[in-house]
Amino acid sequence: MKPSLFRFGLVGTASFLPLSLIALIVFLALYSWPAIQYNGFDFFWRNDWDLGNLYGNPVEIRGQQVMPGASFGIWFLVVGTLSSAFLALLFALPIAVASAYFLVEMLPKWLSGPLALLVDLLAAIPSVVFGLWGYALLIPFLGQSVFPWLATHFGFIPFFGGSPGSGYGLLTTAIVLAFMIIPLISATMREGISAIEPALKEAGLGMGLNRLEVLWHIILPKLKTTLVGVSILALGRALGETMAVVMVSGNALNYLPHNIYTPISTMAAFIVSQLESALQDPTNMAVEALAEIALVLLILTVIVNIIARLLLWGAKVRT
Amino acid sequence: MSASDLSSSMTQVQRSDVHPRARISLKRKLFRGLGTVFVWASFLIVAAAFLSIILDVLINALPGLKLSLFTEVSTGMGGGLKNAIEGTLVLSLGSLLIAAPVGIAAGIYLSEFGSGMAGKSLRFLSDVLVGVPSIVLGYVGYITMVIYLGWQFSVAAGIITLSVMLLPYIARTTEMALGNIPLAVREAGFGIGASEGTVILRILMPGALPAVMTGLFYALALSMGETAPLIYTAGWSNYMWNGQFTNQPIGYLTYVIWTFINEPFEAAHVLAFAAAFLITMVVLGLILLGRWMVIWQLRKRGAYR
Repeated sequence: MKPSLFRFGLVGTASFLPLSLIALIVFLALYSWPAIQYNGFDFFWRNDWDLGNLYGNPVEIRGQQVMPGASFGIWFLVVGTLSSAFLALLFALPIAVASAYFLVEMLPKWLSGPLALLVDLLAAIPSVVFGLWGYALLIPFLGQSVFPWLATHFGFIPFFGGSPGSGYGLLTTAIVLAFMIIPLISATMREGISAIEPALKEAGLGMGLNRLEVLWHIILPKLKTTLVGVSILALGRALGETMAVVMVSGNALNYLPHNIYTPISTMAAFIVSQLESALQDPTNMAVEALAEIALVLLILTVIVNIIARLLLWGAKVRT
Repeated sequence: MSASDLSSSMTQVQRSDVHPRARISLKRKLFRGLGTVFVWASFLIVAAAFLSIILDVLINALPGLKLSLFTEVSTGMGGGLKNAIEGTLVLSLGSLLIAAPVGIAAGIYLSEFGSGMAGKSLRFLSDVLVGVPSIVLGYVGYITMVIYLGWQFSVAAGIITLSVMLLPYIARTTEMALGNIPLAVREAGFGIGASEGTVILRILMPGALPAVMTGLFYALALSMGETAPLIYTAGWSNYMWNGQFTNQPIGYLTYVIWTFINEPFEAAHVLAFAAAFLITMVVLGLILLGRWMVIWQLRKRGAYR
């Protein structure tokens, strides 16, 4: 059949998708170019975000107009983003897999449907409502009872000791993020587990394994690629999560976590919390530096998502 | 071999092999016991988290759930949420109006013509686009529309930013909806001489419509719950929208949640929880409605299965 006008129209509209992704990268790179030149490559490893003296006269450094003393190192953001996301994944992974197994294998069909819906609806709750929950319920509870108790009784474990802080910080952020990514991992694993051939499970049961041992020795090895793929996908989600993190992380500035209760900030949360003050910079370099952070975050999440999607496509899983 | 020999050798075999449970090592017993406890606990933790979010929001919102929410504008210290409710509706319906036609067209392309290399890479890129953090979209919206085009904080900047976010979701759900229709339906259409456009728009789309609608409900729920892409594109306003698309900021419910909770006034906190309650209920309602439509369709069109 010869290509019709209809099909050309479809191709034209469909190309909006890749174009918008390319446009995002190009616009951010163009806009943040002065900041990229000024900051150099080592801004990842420097820990000195400082807008400089905003009442001074702009000076020219490396061909760019900046305020005197301005520097834009983001090491604390790199540490905060990666540590909170990995910690969240560490919490979420076992709980998500176990709850998926519980829903598929341990419940009668009429009960597993409605209860699975409960987990799926958790995914639909807006990020800012998670933040509100963390702010109003988790932080007072964790900060006043759980963290001091943890610090006194488990202080001998590395990063558990020291000041338990106010409740705002790395551990609270990781807990909230974990609840936000559990539904994603759990739903994918649920499909994976129910798609396993019954004969495999029966073989395991026939050899005297109980159902949990079948999960551990037969189902999970079989779903290895899916599990790794969806974990990386969830990691990408946690890396880019914004509003909940803004509300519970404590929004630390130039501050490196010395234990798990320390306030942190992440790249995504920093963009939200800092734009207002960045606008005070008359040379606009601070706004461009924030654009550079957005570019770094974009490239990071795109790479993470590409890896995850390649793995999941290999395992023929649709999420 | 005599009968007594046979029975004695059988007892011997049985003696070493009797009590299969007794031969399970302590390690396996521990694994079974602790594993079962952990599996139960995991589900209970997730369920408890969901219920505690809903209850926390509901209990704190109760004092604020009055009619004045819908009749008064917010003042920063109290008032109602009329302006924010209007803004949320304008922004999410506006973005759906842009994203739905484009997303559905892209979904049709992916499903019907997307088997080649171009379709595969398009599908891959749209999956990657789903993973882009919404704050990045918001910041790009800020530097392009708010600053470069000079629209200021505006309805148009907010709507366009949100619609870019919704595009890949709508495209993928449309693709899946069409993909569930058997090939024979297409062949029947082409067999009676219908053109490509007629087959897709008149034959396939009506069949896929409930599933496509489900995708649109999800997209609407998603756009209503978003905050990060709107903070620096739509801005915030304490007043009702005057109908202007550029140079005019607009309020929305999610903004109320994260800013009013930090105000020192009790009335502002109640408003923040009331906004969270409204948003959560509408979002969950849309998701449940979408689910129901899928089930309803499966029952009605049992012949397709």
